[in-house]
Amino acid sequence: MSELFNRTMTTIAPAPVKIIPAERVEPNRIKTEEMILNVGPQHPSTHGVLRLEAVLDGELVIDVIPHLGYLHRCFEKHCEAMTYPQVIPYVDRMDYLAAMNSEHGYALAVERMMGIEVPEKVEFIRVLFAELQRIASHLVAVGTFGLDVGAFTPFLYCFRDREDILEMFEKTCGARLLYNYIWVGGLSHDLHPDVLKMCRDFVKKNRATHAEVNNLLTFNKIFVERTINIGILKPDVAINCGASGPMLRGSGVKWDLRRDDPYSIYDRFEFDIPVGTGKMGTVGDCFDRHWVRMLEWEQSLNIIEQILEQYPQDDKTDVQKAVPKRIKPAIGEIYSRTENPRGELGYYISSKDGINPARVKVRSPAFVNLSLLPIISRGYMMADLIIILGSIDIVLGEVDR
Amino acid sequence: MFDGLRDLLIGLLGKGDLADVLAVVVYCALPLVVILLYALFAILAEMKLSAWLQDRLGPMRVGPWGILQPIADILKLLQKEDITPTQADKKLYNLSPFLVFIGSYLGFAVLPFSAMYAGARLNVGIFYLVAVSGLVVVGILMAGWSSNNKYSLFGAMRSVAQIVSYEIPAGLAILSVVMIAGTMDLQTISKLQEGGVQNWFIFGGPKNLAGFGGATAWALAPVMMIAFLIYFIASLAETNRVPFDIPEAESELVAGYHTEYSAMKFALFFLAEYANMLVVSAVASILFLGGWNSPFGEFLGGPVMGLVWFLGKAIFFVMVQIWIRWTLPRLRVDQLMHICWKVMIPFGMATVLLVGTIVTWFAH
Repeated sequence: MSELFNRTMTTIAPAPVKIIPAERVEPNRIKTEEMILNVGPQHPSTHGVLRLEAVLDGELVIDVIPHLGYLHRCFEKHCEAMTYPQVIPYVDRMDYLAAMNSEHGYALAVERMMGIEVPEKVEFIRVLFAELQRIASHLVAVGTFGLDVGAFTPFLYCFRDREDILEMFEKTCGARLLYNYIWVGGLSHDLHPDVLKMCRDFVKKNRATHAEVNNLLTFNKIFVERTINIGILKPDVAINCGASGPMLRGSGVKWDLRRDDPYSIYDRFEFDIPVGTGKMGTVGDCFDRHWVRMLEWEQSLNIIEQILEQYPQDDKTDVQKAVPKRIKPAIGEIYSRTENPRGELGYYISSKDGINPARVKVRSPAFVNLSLLPIISRGYMMADLIIILGSIDIVLGEVDR
Repeated sequence: MFDGLRDLLIGLLGKGDLADVLAVVVYCALPLVVILLYALFAILAEMKLSAWLQDRLGPMRVGPWGILQPIADILKLLQKEDITPTQADKKLYNLSPFLVFIGSYLGFAVLPFSAMYAGARLNVGIFYLVAVSGLVVVGILMAGWSSNNKYSLFGAMRSVAQIVSYEIPAGLAILSVVMIAGTMDLQTISKLQEGGVQNWFIFGGPKNLAGFGGATAWALAPVMMIAFLIYFIASLAETNRVPFDIPEAESELVAGYHTEYSAMKFALFFLAEYANMLVVSAVASILFLGGWNSPFGEFLGGPVMGLVWFLGKAIFFVMVQIWIRWTLPRLRVDQLMHICWKVMIPFGMATVLLVGTIVTWFAH
């Protein structure tokens, strides 16, 4: 890991030819001159402001070095000057495609520090919104992955359905992207009365979209040919490098914090943890990661259906009942982790008995997953590099923080 | 038709060089009018069709239902700053958009728009067309090289790799038609397919051709359908459109060979792409689907309806290309070569062999 870290931090690395695994290079290949191609930060496929320095031999990627920091906003340092509730809007801006999940994780961490029990109704709403947000995030991931492969239309189908989710959020808390909705100990607003019905309609409609995206994209012959057998991430490498989320599960490792370290009320619902099986090509290739996201999307719909069945509609509890007047955890520290759409999102919070956290450190899944990019993309073609990057599904706000 | 035009101009201007020169200019510029009108239509069609495929409305602001959007776009492009990168090779950089457009436009010279109008009636028409459409790639290579941009260079290299792959299967498919027709003149090829849909080359060609009878022609039909498919796939590669838009793959190469171009030079690349789409679609309809012939024999035939049929068939294929463009993902460059060299060329060879055998066996 440290060697990889050093390599990532070097600006111009000498082109290390021998690191390509032997099986990926054709024998008797004509030796040509290497070229350094700068991909990003303003490139349509770097999903934000990532810069990749790709060392190419013709179309073959010899090495790739990600350069980060274009979206660095000093999140962790800022937190030290903020009170605990003031951190939540900052948390929103980390993974802006899955702000609910980030808030959920942060709220849980502080609640655990202070030993707050939140009402059952609040837990239901939190899990409902976390799962809706997970679908919204996967919709973007699947759509933009299609875009990277060159299919434009599924992207817009995905965004059409994401709109419905954002509408539910907007009705409930007024915001569409950055919510500040899940508070420490509660929620900013009660669920809007229309949302349950909207949600029922949405589940029905979204299942049709799921099938449509599968038809149009996932099982398209060209898409399959483009995504199989590239960017193969072996399970041992994935575990050693700390990959998580669909990236880890795509390699066939069954690890999901909703089940393996249950938080909120996830233990009440039945759901599968899809893993990559090499459905079309090899275990851990780009297709597997895409397929895991497609299946997870379906599982989230299942969870939402169960929530809709079990939701305590007659419960008139105030959602701010458990919100403490003064948030000032005792001296101590905590590491709390939740399952973000991109993987394990961990918060390390240290309290020195003040109204500000002494230290907030985020273990960002997208950052860790991105660190695997050089390992899994060496020896493939330039066109594959874009697909491999797309299959990792990074959000630069979370990578740079 | 040229004589008629000349007589008209002589009548207006009196006998002299002026009338002759004007007649030539007007005669040659007619396809340009067709291209420009068609481009306006095709741009709008692409925007609207893609919007409908994607559950959107498309342009709605300029004119009723946004039908004036292409004009607004052209006005916008006219106003844009014409940028030449300081590090570019200026001569080549400024020349290449014109070369690309000329390559596409030259193709129109031999297209028989109707029984009355074909710009130039060459006896090597289709051969000429294949040659000049190959010229486009020279322009693309020049654009990619002179821009002095790595993405442009990538696009240009891929484009060259692509042309050597698709030209051969396309040529083989064309060859099977030429072997049945016994001519490379596109006007004669169109004339041969007169008399209804059964005489089109996709169904084995004319059933009363001297030398062999109807049964032989019908035997050719399945082979010709394969040839048509090969030509159609190769023509998608020729127009650099999805699933073969590898030279300008947006997600990888930003815009490929025309990354650095702006304003009207970019518009010329754009126009050339649409013109090229029309050329390959027109060639597909001339070679396989009867060109300007009505599918009902004499009914709805004639020179004027011929133009309608010809443009109708060509634009139908343009629409199919747009449909494919918004449905499929993009292939990788080695997969394109695999399809062209290992799938389409063997099939193309087989069609040429089969057609050749059948034609020579039964012709005498």
